[in-house]
Amino acid sequence: MTIKEIENEIVEEFAVFTDWMDKYEYIIELGKGVPVIDEGQKTENNLIKGCQSRVWLSCRVEDGKLYFAADSDAIITKGIISLLIRVYNGQTPADILANDLEFIGKIGLQENLSPTRANGLVSMIKQIKIYAMAYNN
Amino acid sequence: MNTIEEIRSQFPALQQLVYGKQLVYLDNGATSQKPQCVIDLVERMHTGANANVHRAMHKLSDDATALYEGARERVRQFINAPARENIIFTSGTTASINLVASSFCRKFVGEGDVVLVSGDSHHSNIVPWQLACQACGAEVKAIPVLEDGRLDMEAYRRMLSGRVKIVAVEHISNVLGIVNPVGEIIALAHAQGIPVLVDGAQGIVHAKVDVQEMDCDFYAFSGHKIYAATGSGVLYGRQELLEAMPPYMGGGDMVDTVTFERTTYAPLPLKFEAGTPNFIAQASLAPALEFAARLREGEIAGVVEEQERAIIEYLKGALTGIEGCRIYGLPEEASGVALGEPGSKIPLFSFNIERCFPSDLAQLLDKMGVAVRTGLMCCEPLMTRFGVTSMVRASFLPYNTLQEAEYFVASLQRAVRMLR
Repeated sequence: MTIKEIENEIVEEFAVFTDWMDKYEYIIELGKGVPVIDEGQKTENNLIKGCQSRVWLSCRVEDGKLYFAADSDAIITKGIISLLIRVYNGQTPADILANDLEFIGKIGLQENLSPTRANGLVSMIKQIKIYAMAYNN
Repeated sequence: MNTIEEIRSQFPALQQLVYGKQLVYLDNGATSQKPQCVIDLVERMHTGANANVHRAMHKLSDDATALYEGARERVRQFINAPARENIIFTSGTTASINLVASSFCRKFVGEGDVVLVSGDSHHSNIVPWQLACQACGAEVKAIPVLEDGRLDMEAYRRMLSGRVKIVAVEHISNVLGIVNPVGEIIALAHAQGIPVLVDGAQGIVHAKVDVQEMDCDFYAFSGHKIYAATGSGVLYGRQELLEAMPPYMGGGDMVDTVTFERTTYAPLPLKFEAGTPNFIAQASLAPALEFAARLREGEIAGVVEEQERAIIEYLKGALTGIEGCRIYGLPEEASGVALGEPGSKIPLFSFNIERCFPSDLAQLLDKMGVAVRTGLMCCEPLMTRFGVTSMVRASFLPYNTLQEAEYFVASLQRAVRMLR
């Protein structure tokens, strides 16, 4: 699937929620899911520091496609991260660079990308793009 | 005003819904909402008395200057300073402390000297001193904080050596909410001839401040935490020290005569007020402090105190009742002490709940209409002291009701259930 197709799929999934708390309940469930990064990879190098919470991100390349692993000490942030990874995993650097992330706004989580939230998500998306740039040749 | 509801009705911002829920604003430690009298003054100045202060021969400037200087007199009365010369207007607590750190250290601190700060200091009472000390080769040292949140006074006594040139302490920590024994801290420092700055960012709001009785040498606070417009702030300073200190910033209004070779400075307080001040925000200190003073007088004072006591007692019980909840800054002795007195707890609670990350709790509370603070709270060394990277803080003002405290706890319990 293309990045846009996965984004649309997520937007459709979230359309069933009419109540904020239900939506967050779902994100929390996503956040509680499988560990998304090996403990050994939670290094200073992979750390993105925010005032509110920390985010770890690592990236590997396989057959010209990028695969990300990440974690956060905040479970809501982690839930959103799992969505980001679902969107970007297995995509080419060129496609990642060309993508203008839309689903977070469409599912009503725009405020999580506000720099004042300082939860590391904005820096994480930037870091994903930097990885894509580095592997784009 | 005779009831909490009547106090609340003065604050338009408290009347709003957020995400369809009645707002419960518990981030007062960061800033207060504004009463109608402050909103009216700001509007009146923008629509009428808007002209630069101390400068012009026209009616509008006279009006603006009268309001600006009138606010200075109101501040003087509120903290019982001896004279208007003691009251410097700044942009807030941070600017006040930067002023003292820079100006005092240039004059009185040198190589190998020590500036002693309280271990519960927020960054505004740490970084300005570090910057000033780096410039003069001095060192910043911190008075340790005990496990229950009180300052380690034994350690403080030991640290007060001849090399200490100034002590800068929190009146009330913005994280722990305990009134520090500033009187004792000052007496001990003065016994060795060391001046003391008291950071009153929270103190001015929750304790009665009489700078002469307290005997502090400097007292710094922001207007916006005590109902005034944002951008207002005060530095109280002992006159001899303010006279001896060099100006902090240069510019208009702080000068007597200027030539390219040499400048002489305006007398206090203008010596420290370079450039166009935020005269509208400063003027708003007058209605704001009048409002704050009214809540401390007569019948309403008793109502407010009773409400604060009820909120404190309720939260102590209710938060402790949540499994895995740790409150930071809850000395056992605090219960018996009168509100605002040294050792007492103010209605400000910072805590952590096991298996619930603070920002997650805050995000869920937000969607239920409750505004709290989370994160480092500009207080990283204190967070490190307690071994955490973040806390949740709920802080109350006299316009907050016990019902709000109860709704906050119920919402918190719901958030905890969701996260676990």
